[in-house]
Amino acid sequence: MSKKLTRRSFLKGSVAAACATCAAQMPLPASAKAKSGKELATLIDVRKCIGCEACVDACREANDFKYPQPQKPFPKMYPSRVKVADWSDEEGREVRDRLTPYNWLSIQWATVEIDGEETELSFPRRCMHCQNPPCADLCPWGAARKLENGITLIHSDICLGGKKCQVVCPWDIPQRQTGVGLYLDILPSLAGNGVMYKCDRCYNRIAEGEMPACIEECPEDVQVIGPREEIVAEAHRLAKEEDVYIYGETENGGTNTLYVSPVPFETLNAAIDKGPGQPHFDKVADQMAHTDNLAKAMVVAPFAGLAAAVARIYNASKKAGDDRGGAA
Amino acid sequence: MTPVQAPPAHAEQKYLKPFYWVLLFVMGLTGFGQMPIFKRYYIADIPGLGWLADFYTTHYLHYIGAILLFGLFAYAVAVYWGLLRPRYQLTWAAHVRMGLLAAIAITGVFRVLKNLPDVLFSPGFTMAIDILHLVFMMVLMLFGVLFIVLKKGWLVER
Repeated sequence: MSKKLTRRSFLKGSVAAACATCAAQMPLPASAKAKSGKELATLIDVRKCIGCEACVDACREANDFKYPQPQKPFPKMYPSRVKVADWSDEEGREVRDRLTPYNWLSIQWATVEIDGEETELSFPRRCMHCQNPPCADLCPWGAARKLENGITLIHSDICLGGKKCQVVCPWDIPQRQTGVGLYLDILPSLAGNGVMYKCDRCYNRIAEGEMPACIEECPEDVQVIGPREEIVAEAHRLAKEEDVYIYGETENGGTNTLYVSPVPFETLNAAIDKGPGQPHFDKVADQMAHTDNLAKAMVVAPFAGLAAAVARIYNASKKAGDDRGGAA
Repeated sequence: MTPVQAPPAHAEQKYLKPFYWVLLFVMGLTGFGQMPIFKRYYIADIPGLGWLADFYTTHYLHYIGAILLFGLFAYAVAVYWGLLRPRYQLTWAAHVRMGLLAAIAITGVFRVLKNLPDVLFSPGFTMAIDILHLVFMMVLMLFGVLFIVLKKGWLVER
């Protein structure tokens, strides 16, 4: 039986072969290393992506040891509305067209019109690594947190799988696997439901001075990584000189993943499949802005209380003085 | 010198006490709402309580409650020391309550700091803050029930 060689499968095969020759891991260039306390960001140039999924393969290979190994059968959970999220069978593990606990990066496709010509664009999607991540701020357990270098990380040995991080994430990024993690040792039937998984931007590789796997293995240099201000400056330069659009600079107050696209992101957003595990390109307001402002009000509140107390004491003293005067 | 005669704490009893109880209830409710339990256990399905499953709403309300609570603490401390102290003294139950409220407030402040952009704590410290904040609140609730049974208020006349 002849198997039709598609552009996609050809590219995948070629890239896999090319990558196999690159046995040595590529070090993080000095220019990409953040100065102390500086956040690293990535810039994804949609124009360069050929959809070969080398980044997907690289991500899966590099992070395979972090993937969940759930215990089965799963504990019976109460009440019955609590559903099992299981991607651990062979079929589930092979899913690549959306984010799952076993697929932290996926390729999205969009057919758009550029200069009157129908064009197919592809681009990698994963965690945006927000500068002020709601998942880390609102995690009730401290399992999700942000690192100094701008990575948002979920600790799989701490997470209870309550899925709050996914609910508060503007892009619904973290994905749950039941039957794994700390909840099994606490109250598996009554609280928790596994562990949430998402891209950790290869924090372990970056800590050792290496590049994230998806960046290292990309044959088209779709992604670059560097200090955020430099990445933002580069995105602005491209926008000015090459007429591209930027996403991620201000979304949710700013993210450490920026995209540049030849078409507006509204157009791109309208053309992609969206849904569970398939993030959108909508405009996103800063989800934590209101609470940041309320935090400032907390500093003022005690002074307001003191002012009210002074007024109370003054009025009581005045009344006591009037009463004494009246009595005299 | 004639000691100043402190007025009775009628205003505090009439207005602040109910306000404090309502505030504490809302803080407890929105605090527990930070955990994904109200939807799981159908509480958010009760008509009018759907907002308990909205993590952003409960988070805003918890912050607003904390602002009011900080104002109330400052008011109560200043009025006691500046006005009511000659007439009243704090009960041992009040000292227990104040200690627990201070512990809740301090751990809460650290949690608020952690939520600010560019403020990073270690996972161990963050988890310790979260757990202690919850534990202190639950201990305060237990002592609250105990003090109601024992009829132990905040102040007694000297």
